[in-house]
Amino acid sequence: MTITKLIGASALTLALALPALAQDNPAVGARQGQFKIYLQNFGVLGGMAQGRMDYDAATAQTAADNMFHITRLDQTSMWPAGTDSMSIDGTRAKPEIWENLDDFVAKYVALQTAVVALQAAAGTGLDGMRAAVGPVGAACQACHQSYRDEAS
Amino acid sequence: MRKVIIALGSAGVIGLAGFWALTAPKHLPDTDLAGVSGSADAGRAVFLAGGCASCHKAPGPDADPLVLTGGRAFATEFGTFHAPNISTDPEHGIGTWTFAQFANAVMRGIAPDGAHYYPAFPYAAYGKAQVQDIADLYAYMQTLPANATPDVAHDLAFPFTVRRGLGLWKALFVSDDWVIAGDLTEQQTRGRYLVEALAHCAECHTPRNALGGLEVASWMQGAPNPSGRGRIPAIAGADFKWTEFDISAYLETGFTPQFDVVGGSMADVVQSLKELEKTDLDAIAAYIAALPD
Repeated sequence: MTITKLIGASALTLALALPALAQDNPAVGARQGQFKIYLQNFGVLGGMAQGRMDYDAATAQTAADNMFHITRLDQTSMWPAGTDSMSIDGTRAKPEIWENLDDFVAKYVALQTAVVALQAAAGTGLDGMRAAVGPVGAACQACHQSYRDEAS
Repeated sequence: MRKVIIALGSAGVIGLAGFWALTAPKHLPDTDLAGVSGSADAGRAVFLAGGCASCHKAPGPDADPLVLTGGRAFATEFGTFHAPNISTDPEHGIGTWTFAQFANAVMRGIAPDGAHYYPAFPYAAYGKAQVQDIADLYAYMQTLPANATPDVAHDLAFPFTVRRGLGLWKALFVSDDWVIAGDLTEQQTRGRYLVEALAHCAECHTPRNALGGLEVASWMQGAPNPSGRGRIPAIAGADFKWTEFDISAYLETGFTPQFDVVGGSMADVVQSLKELEKTDLDAIAAYIAALPD
């Protein structure tokens, strides 16, 4: 065996031994990015609902509109097989997502539905908006409880 | 040689007697329980603060928190514990228990037959509660439905199968003293009672030593998740930056300051705690925010 071949074999072994990193997969970055933008906007409405900032109808409506559009992004390319938390580092997406895709999709549709209601209520006043924030949080939670690993 | 054997044998007998004495169950004094009667209305808040449903409701995300069937499994390094049925069912639950039996179970970790419970049941915390609160809890739990789900036996390895040995664990790790002593405001004192006695937050948020005792020196500074995946976050220490407002709002609404939503086993905790009076959530927040780094 030449020295070059030896190094090549070792490098390959090393590559197989190390778990793939999430940032190596653009799909993982994309799906995490959409949740970050989502959270940036949900934080505006949640902040108003909790009294961290004053309610403003136009600001609330803009945030809810953004959430609507984010939750309408097509998800087809963002969840390729092999990008679960047992296969790669840097994701909290449980393998159960791929074992129960129908239920995962149903929970995402429930989020879309709750966001539509929030979009309708956001500009109508603090009480109406606040009442619509709860179901959105519940939709987030329902999916996280089944399909997101706890933070490490 | 024979003398040596006799001497060793005697030492063994004395050791055994010592072990037996050290590990004996130590019940609540009867005088603590005499004349106490509970109110079911007041007991609801104790039930919620104590988080009874989190462990004793049926498995699954949509289980009714008032039907205490048991059956949830808790994987630990000592083996897997299965929460028992504590509904009012006379055969499979605790429907026939007297108040004294209930109080000794909750506050001393002693079963009606005198056996020690495993500390997966947080009696080390509940033992700091006021007897009146436990009487109210008893009265409240009498109003909850019966359910005939049979218990599942714990799945443990020797020597943890020897319950008698838990007497030693109690002698080492159960204390009547508050962890956070010193000058506290009235609100912080109420918060300490809720956190250290009823809500037993430290059971998950404080790391444990090799014997499963809490590392009090690292109080609430986060710990490995006993299930083996992820970590239970720190709620004290230099890296924990939440304000009192943040903590109270989280317990009331389930949203972190970044508006992520509560998840994992904490979701069940918030489901119960959010029902408490806001003044109690503020008290918990005042205590947590004041914890030392």
